[in-house]
Amino acid sequence: MIKERYQSIIVQVICSLLIPFIQLFALYVIFHGHYGPGGGFQGGVLLAVSIILQRLYLGTEVSYRKFPPKLAPALGAIGMLVFGLAGVIPMLFGGAFLDYGNLPIPWVHGAELRALGILIVEIGIGMAVFGTLVLIFDSLIGEGW
Amino acid sequence: MIWQIDFWLLVILIIAAIIALSLCDLLAAVAALAAYSFFVALLFTQMGAIDVAFVEATLGAGISGVLFIVALFRTRRRSED
Repeated sequence: MIKERYQSIIVQVICSLLIPFIQLFALYVIFHGHYGPGGGFQGGVLLAVSIILQRLYLGTEVSYRKFPPKLAPALGAIGMLVFGLAGVIPMLFGGAFLDYGNLPIPWVHGAELRALGILIVEIGIGMAVFGTLVLIFDSLIGEGW
Repeated sequence: MIWQIDFWLLVILIIAAIIALSLCDLLAAVAALAAYSFFVALLFTQMGAIDVAFVEATLGAGISGVLFIVALFRTRRRSED
């Protein structure tokens, strides 16, 4: 959308340099979410921002090849499924809903198992938010899919 | 907690909100709204709610501005009141 109106080399170079760093910071925010500020929601928003920036400066036909718009609702659904399974599986093994201490991972125990459960839930939330925000943007611009 | 920082952030916040409400050019109103959410994020940070400030900075100043601008490209740029 911007591509047709503003063909500037500065915008193109700055965006293409910025996108990998945004994605790296998003992964840091997701995987560091249970030690500091941040978490799945913020990391998912940052990942979606990187894809939306790519959509803006590359135009739709190139960026739809890099990240196909059919992938966005699938990612959202998979993230929701990960969250739901991390909630329901401990109920099958005798715990409460989202009780990470009862996840059936045999070589991890105790507090480490709880930290791993939080990480799984954060990854699920991140994927769901990422897919949903990219889907909202694609539905708003509404070109070619 | 330093009350001077709090006070001036609140003053800038209210000014940004009034500017965003009173502009007729909706693109400039979106920019003022992004500034508003950035100052809300600064205020949250100053009050010690880092997590909320992070959400406000990414969602308010990042995503919602882009979505508003896309909606403006789909409709008209000038407001009528």
